[in-house]
Amino acid sequence: MTQQNITLVSFGYFGKHFLEKIAEAVKREFAYQVIIKESHIDLSEFFDPGRRQYNGNKMLIAVDKISDEGALKTIGLFSVDLFIPILTYIFGQAVLNGNTGIASLYRLSNERYGIEPDDNLLLERFTKEVVHELGHTFGLIHCSSPTCVMRSSTYVEDIDQKNPGLCNSCHAQLEIRQGSQMYT
Amino acid sequence: MARKISLLVVDDEESVRDSLSNWFIEDGYHVECAENAKKALLLIESSQFDIILADIKMPGMDGLEMLRRIKALKQDAIVIVMTAFASVNTAVMALKDGAYDYITKPFDPDDLSHLIRNASKQIALSQENETLKNKVTLLENVEDLIGNSDAMKKVLKQVESVAQSNSSVIITGESGTGKELIARAIHANSSRKYYPLVSVHCGALTESLLESELFGHEKGAFTGAMYNRKGRFEMADSGTIFLDEIATISSKMQIELLRVLETKTFIRVGGNKETSSDFRVICATNRDLKSMVEQGTFREDLFYRLNVVNINVPPLRERVEDIPLLVDYFIKKYCTTMNKPLITIDDAAMQRLGEYPFPGNIRELENMIERAIVIGNGKKITLKDLPFGKEMIDNSIESLDDFEKTFIRQILNKYSWNITRTAKALKVDRVTLYNKIKKYELKPDE
Repeated sequence: MTQQNITLVSFGYFGKHFLEKIAEAVKREFAYQVIIKESHIDLSEFFDPGRRQYNGNKMLIAVDKISDEGALKTIGLFSVDLFIPILTYIFGQAVLNGNTGIASLYRLSNERYGIEPDDNLLLERFTKEVVHELGHTFGLIHCSSPTCVMRSSTYVEDIDQKNPGLCNSCHAQLEIRQGSQMYT
Repeated sequence: MARKISLLVVDDEESVRDSLSNWFIEDGYHVECAENAKKALLLIESSQFDIILADIKMPGMDGLEMLRRIKALKQDAIVIVMTAFASVNTAVMALKDGAYDYITKPFDPDDLSHLIRNASKQIALSQENETLKNKVTLLENVEDLIGNSDAMKKVLKQVESVAQSNSSVIITGESGTGKELIARAIHANSSRKYYPLVSVHCGALTESLLESELFGHEKGAFTGAMYNRKGRFEMADSGTIFLDEIATISSKMQIELLRVLETKTFIRVGGNKETSSDFRVICATNRDLKSMVEQGTFREDLFYRLNVVNINVPPLRERVEDIPLLVDYFIKKYCTTMNKPLITIDDAAMQRLGEYPFPGNIRELENMIERAIVIGNGKKITLKDLPFGKEMIDNSIESLDDFEKTFIRQILNKYSWNITRTAKALKVDRVTLYNKIKKYELKPDE
């Protein structure tokens, strides 16, 4: 039977309204039913004391392990500082053409950069990050369009430059990929 | 569409290979990985990688040794070395051995993106450079040098052998034989081909203009010299200067030219600083320079300085067998330029071209074919499309009177000496026609 939902798994303290807003955006973009779940796992096993950050590779594996059978894609939502061994930090990561991704809002808040907090902007940034990682799970690679949500972002300012959704070209690719995934 | 950039990640740590590989795949690159230098070298030998990211500290062969071996295999490979230990010495060693850049683990995502983007730009520039070089070679291929005759083969052989040397060349031949093409061919086949070929038509310039043109001038050197300007010798630095119609230069310019050729230095008009330039000189003339030397109108020392190699381009009438090839070439050239379907030429027209002496040489033939394509029926060039017969101007005509006489006689013959019809055709009255017949002593039996 074809899997038909996208599951957002919250591993941090996110408000209900906050998560629902993200779910709405994901549903709008990918046209799948979105389920929100909460999970409570001990994050200390992913903590690297030398870097004082959390290992994104290990967390991706952990999210994959707890993903439901009925979930087409699962995205773990975190609020800790993520890294992978070769990079100083990441906003999130996903398995290209896979089923799992992770995203963290740790580096997305204005306070991190000494600016006034802005909850709406934080939600907007995190939503873009979640959509971006989900895009990777659907096989989309980084887009050269400056406003497409699939554009690569290495700074938070880069995220602000992007639209919340996919550009026409990425949308077209997504439709092709979704079509092919329905029959796999 | 641009080709996908391919990357090779060489690191003994699996997590590093996987992380980098995922990062680059998400960025749209083609990525392969190797866990040690030995495997990397095997991959590099068998596949084409644009960028190689190599860890310095690896068991067995280290990254620096691998870098040296990669550079020995592929001189232009872009290798970025990575290390967990920020050591200036290692970085300097890597850069000295030809590494493109150096990055310390863990990378800032933005640094990594910038590094790869810059390396990709470098690759794009190299590829563009290669493409442009190929285009230049094609453009300078001097296709117009066509000929299968012994005379032309001899010229082409001379071009080939003289191109690789740095010697001065004088190209002699009648007007329209393609002397400038020969100069271009020499330049295009020489080691100077990526530098300019600067042409100067000496006959078209007065002495003072030629001086300023060749040597350049300083601001205020003369009225109208509002800016400093480079001369042609300066522009031809590392390349070739082609001096056409060299026989026309004044004796003063001959002395100056001789000095420049001997020293390869000159002073701009109105300036006081000596400038040097590394150029090769090729001259052309349709005059007999040797007899000019004997008559004292061309300096002997300059003649011998220029005449290291002499290439004489034969007139078209001495290589009639090349005419069909040239006709074919010009038909293709002009049909393509004018966006017309390719046409052919009929046997009678080709035969007539073979009989014609072509005083204007290839230039005349080229103009004939161009004209025939413009005015022709678009299917086949026939005799009537060529400016022979009635329209053809006799070579013996040297004045307007000669022309008028010949023309009136042709029209009189056409109308069998019927004065009324001839006058009507010529759009003159009968009295005028009678006066002309009397003036030119035209008679029906002529």
